[in-house]
Amino acid sequence: MNKNWPLWEVFIRSKAGLNHKHVGSLHAADADMAIQNARDVYTRRNEGVSIWVVESTNIAASDPADSDQMYEPAKDKVYRHPTFYNLPDELKHM
Amino acid sequence: MDTALLEQHFNEKIDQDIRIEPKDWMPDHYRKTLIRQISQHAHSEIVGMLPEANWITRAPSLRRKAAALAKVQDEAGHGLYLYSACETLGVDRDDLFADLHSGKAKYSSIFNYPTLTWADMGAIGWLVDGAAIMNQVPLCRASYGPYARAMVRVCKEESFHQRQGYEIMLTLCNGSDEQKKMAQDALNRWWWPSLMMFGPTDKDSKHTEQSMRWRIKRFTNDELRQKFVDVTVPQAELLGLTVPDKDLKWNEERGHYDFGEIDWKEFFNVISGNGPCNKQRIEARKSAWDNGAWVREAANAHAEKKAKRKAA
Amino acid sequence: MQDQNKFNYIIQQADNCLILGQRLAELCGHGPVLEQDIATTNISLDLIGQARLFYQYAAELQEEGKTEDDLAYLRDAWDFKNVLLVEQPNGDFGKTIFRQFLYDTFSCYFYEELMKSSDERLASIAAKSHKETLYHMKWSGDWVIRLGDGTEESHNRIQQSVNELWSYKDEIISVNAVDQEAEKAGYGVSLELIKEKRNEKIKAVLEEATLTTPEGDYAHKGGKEGTHSEHLGFILADLQFLQRAYPGNEW
Repeated sequence: MNKNWPLWEVFIRSKAGLNHKHVGSLHAADADMAIQNARDVYTRRNEGVSIWVVESTNIAASDPADSDQMYEPAKDKVYRHPTFYNLPDELKHM
Repeated sequence: MDTALLEQHFNEKIDQDIRIEPKDWMPDHYRKTLIRQISQHAHSEIVGMLPEANWITRAPSLRRKAAALAKVQDEAGHGLYLYSACETLGVDRDDLFADLHSGKAKYSSIFNYPTLTWADMGAIGWLVDGAAIMNQVPLCRASYGPYARAMVRVCKEESFHQRQGYEIMLTLCNGSDEQKKMAQDALNRWWWPSLMMFGPTDKDSKHTEQSMRWRIKRFTNDELRQKFVDVTVPQAELLGLTVPDKDLKWNEERGHYDFGEIDWKEFFNVISGNGPCNKQRIEARKSAWDNGAWVREAANAHAEKKAKRKAA
Repeated sequence: MQDQNKFNYIIQQADNCLILGQRLAELCGHGPVLEQDIATTNISLDLIGQARLFYQYAAELQEEGKTEDDLAYLRDAWDFKNVLLVEQPNGDFGKTIFRQFLYDTFSCYFYEELMKSSDERLASIAAKSHKETLYHMKWSGDWVIRLGDGTEESHNRIQQSVNELWSYKDEIISVNAVDQEAEKAGYGVSLELIKEKRNEKIKAVLEEATLTTPEGDYAHKGGKEGTHSEHLGFILADLQFLQRAYPGNEW
């Protein structure tokens, strides 16, 4: 019954106003412990103000083999970017 | 896609310095090489805690004690980051531990040397961490994403380690005769093992060529060793210490220091288990792990019960 | 020295912090799992940090030009005023945890009161330390529950540590002459007040951990007066070795 503690992914908000960002992973028996461990392992140098943990097996990820169909189609949709539109230089506040 | 095409695509990414990520296709041999290298690196971090932990309780001031604790703790953290990077390749940390405990896995041979005096804490920080940083900085650009990211974190945290080591040496060298003697003695014992940390010479290194090709490694063992000697010798002079190598000499023509022949017999002896502390180091790791089994089981059992109670 | 009693009062807590911090430091590199190795080292670092703040203040009050290190490294066992609890050996992880929990349930409420000290310096050290010990108490309490509720083996092991350490739990809230005078003067705290909160917390955690409260309320004492268990001599031999072997040097 000597089984590995499950793996958790750790996300940390480095300061108020910023997104939580993935910083790494660790092992813990449950969510409470995972948060404590994340605090002890990943915020020793003041790196965070908030922690999220997610058990790694609960993360659904896209398949790199599908990269072409997933991400290529967005590449030529230039009209989604503001620079696509030609406007006179005199125009202000836009 | 057939394997040849996948491999071609993989090689293109390597050539363009595009990072390989965990779910990307990769050659089996690349995966195995990474697992070997990253786990060895992780093992080195946690076995490396032991020689220094040895002196934490005896640190000669509270300031030094706090610094030593923080440093050795960082090494636990670095081991953890690296094991995590390794786990993205589909291995379990517990299995990696099992390989370490059985003697199957290797770790840096330097940690099989004993720490005999307080000056060893200085010498390890200065020389061993210095050599490690030299090895590690290029790894921040390693082709495997999780490894490179772990190394970025490691290098950022390590920057204080070498400084605290050098500060210990500096204080000793400015101190009493006995303290100076302690510092010189530590340099005498750690100098050659530190040079060995860069691994066998290029002509004897069986992994270097492939690892360079895959950009897991960016410089050869000999290049890094030379760089280490070049920066460390002036640091020893600043301390007023003598590097224990009668062949050490500045070579104007090469623009590098020439240095003596490393005792490779000793190196291979230590690697194959005959270092002064190999058995003690593994025994210490194994007993920590074995004595912790009931704790880990208890935490699992409690987590399961708690989940059940919540569901009920 | 302006205030001998204040000095003594500070030393009691400084010594508690240092000796427990030192005990935990012994474990660095030997934890049951990497994540917990890091956690105990964090606690050790917090405790040594607290010890330093107290020693620095005590050294100033002493007005003899001494430093934190003189107080930590150059006093003998009879000068140390820590309670017997903190010098008890680490034992297995369960014993380390329960010793920690007994200490945390004191220090957390102690600092909560000391934050209101009439002495500003003490109040500010307490405020900083209180935040740290709140986390320690959560951590050690969670582990008591985990081990008590976990497996049959873990339950039996930690129950045994509870039984072993039970007679060391009350010295830390027993009032001596130094405490009395400190409270009267306004810079010290009421240990009576702490006792209640602490006992409730211990009771609640033991209950959740399905552990049995031992019978009997005998309390080993002596540490606060400088009469220690045999363990302290060895702790100091380790801690003070270099300062004693090479007197008068800078490190």
